[in-house]
Amino acid sequence: MSATTRPATASARHAVIQVDDVVVRYGEVLALDGVSLSVGPGKVTGLIGMNGSGKSTLFKTIMGIVRPDRGSVRIDGADPVPARRRGLLGYVPQSEDVDWAFPVSVRDVVMMGRYGRQGLTRRARPADHAAVAEALDRVELSPYADRQIGQLSGGQRKRAFVARGIAQDARILLLDEPFAGVDKRSEATIVRLLKELADDGRTVLVSTHDLHALPHLADEAVLLLHRILFHGDVSEALRPDNLARAFGLDDADVLGHANSGRANSGRANSGRANSGRAGSGRASSGGGAA
Amino acid sequence: MSPLDLLLEPLQYDFMVRALATTVIAAVVCALLSCWLVLVGWSLMGDAVSHAVLPGVVIAYVLGAPFALGALVFGFLAVALIGAIRGTSRVKEDAAIGIVFTTLFALGLVLISVTPSQTDLNHIIFGNILGVSQADLVQIAVLAAVAFAVLVLKRRDLTLYAFDPLHAHAIGLSPRFLGALLLGTLALTSVVALQVVGVILVVAMLIIPGATAYLLTDRFGRMLVIAPVLSAACSVVGIYLSYWLDAASGGLVVVVQGGAFLLVYLFSPRHGLIRNLMVRRRSVAAV
Repeated sequence: MSATTRPATASARHAVIQVDDVVVRYGEVLALDGVSLSVGPGKVTGLIGMNGSGKSTLFKTIMGIVRPDRGSVRIDGADPVPARRRGLLGYVPQSEDVDWAFPVSVRDVVMMGRYGRQGLTRRARPADHAAVAEALDRVELSPYADRQIGQLSGGQRKRAFVARGIAQDARILLLDEPFAGVDKRSEATIVRLLKELADDGRTVLVSTHDLHALPHLADEAVLLLHRILFHGDVSEALRPDNLARAFGLDDADVLGHANSGRANSGRANSGRANSGRAGSGRASSGGGAA
Repeated sequence: MSPLDLLLEPLQYDFMVRALATTVIAAVVCALLSCWLVLVGWSLMGDAVSHAVLPGVVIAYVLGAPFALGALVFGFLAVALIGAIRGTSRVKEDAAIGIVFTTLFALGLVLISVTPSQTDLNHIIFGNILGVSQADLVQIAVLAAVAFAVLVLKRRDLTLYAFDPLHAHAIGLSPRFLGALLLGTLALTSVVALQVVGVILVVAMLIIPGATAYLLTDRFGRMLVIAPVLSAACSVVGIYLSYWLDAASGGLVVVVQGGAFLLVYLFSPRHGLIRNLMVRRRSVAAV
């Protein structure tokens, strides 16, 4: 069975993110159903799943925003609370979760990465200004530092948030759908940047349903549909039978479906619900015939 | 009468001096807070809390406790009730807000009607800026100073909370604490402002200045200067107008603020309606 979950060799040695048997329920909905995952340092790991597969919930659980009904999360071998206080966790939000009209400049956003290290009023010291300037330089946004954040292009916006993680010196970077609304050239820039950050020894976990970017981007891939379906080589993850399971579809539909938006996952869900009802209908009619 | 007399004549009266001082203090603190409220999307919550503090203020009055204490208790109670209704039933948030604040406000009205000294408490609803005593002024100044200090010292955290609470959580800050801090300041500020314009119009001072400043700048730091300055200026104009027109002072303060918003909405060089239309026409012409 090539598609069974197996720990990657490096992460077995030293897991930076360790998720153990996590169950998360939202009322009736089971978002995560016994998810175990270890992610090691120095790599880019792609988290693949369709919308509604539990990617965002898994991220929120790793960040400690969602408390699991069962199971645990360990960051760098320790409790997540002190790990967060130490500034280990950096987060790049999904575009639709950000108010792009908010009156902050690019520099302001990157400076927010330094707040955990600053005093009560978060007054910036020379070291903070230096770290922000360096981070902006690294993502090649220095010329745009004083622009309002919404005046950047899609790819630049993502880089601004990555710069926040760099200024924070986060050892773990979580990126939620970083390629949505980003053109191909910017995508290549972001991929290069993330690989560089992984080469620094950081742990980079990227959730995406953009399968085209995956082979260039990720060192390993995780397929998620409420539980971990696969964890291992990217090329193996992209095999049609694996994708079909992750996206709950026929092989031929997979690539087209994976790249389309939220509406599809809604349709997929309602499809599943319908088939369930159809099944029970058949069962009862069968009972009547008997 | 010279223009200078227009300005100076009202100042001969102590009550007018106190009215102006109180109004400026309230306007500044409300405007500062409003910058976050409009960006977090808490305008409706500001409306709710500022109304819901009424029973707290009445009970505090009856017990002889500080108004601010009663307001804080009922401000948080309102938010807790709204959260509980939204979280444990199928009622949506806006409906939950509507139910809770009107009920608490109505409870306040009932309590006022059975409280012996009615005149003082009616002022809470409609404001009584011209009747502010020296003691009132001191109390308002103290409360305003506390709210002002909290907002200025924690401004960066509150801005982070408004912009990206998930990041705040990720770096070990507590979004829940920051939200509570903002709410607590909201309850305090409501007490400050209800002396000026009354419970019903407090929400105007808690929303209009921030929204006006938001149309004028793309820098949050500048919003924090523009909003209080603008709000203080409008309030002073409102008080003077009420003196010369012999009309309701609380009402005029809010009408002037609304007028200033209208002007900025139309003519703001950055985000004004007219500028936006001209930009659109230019881009159409270019195509």
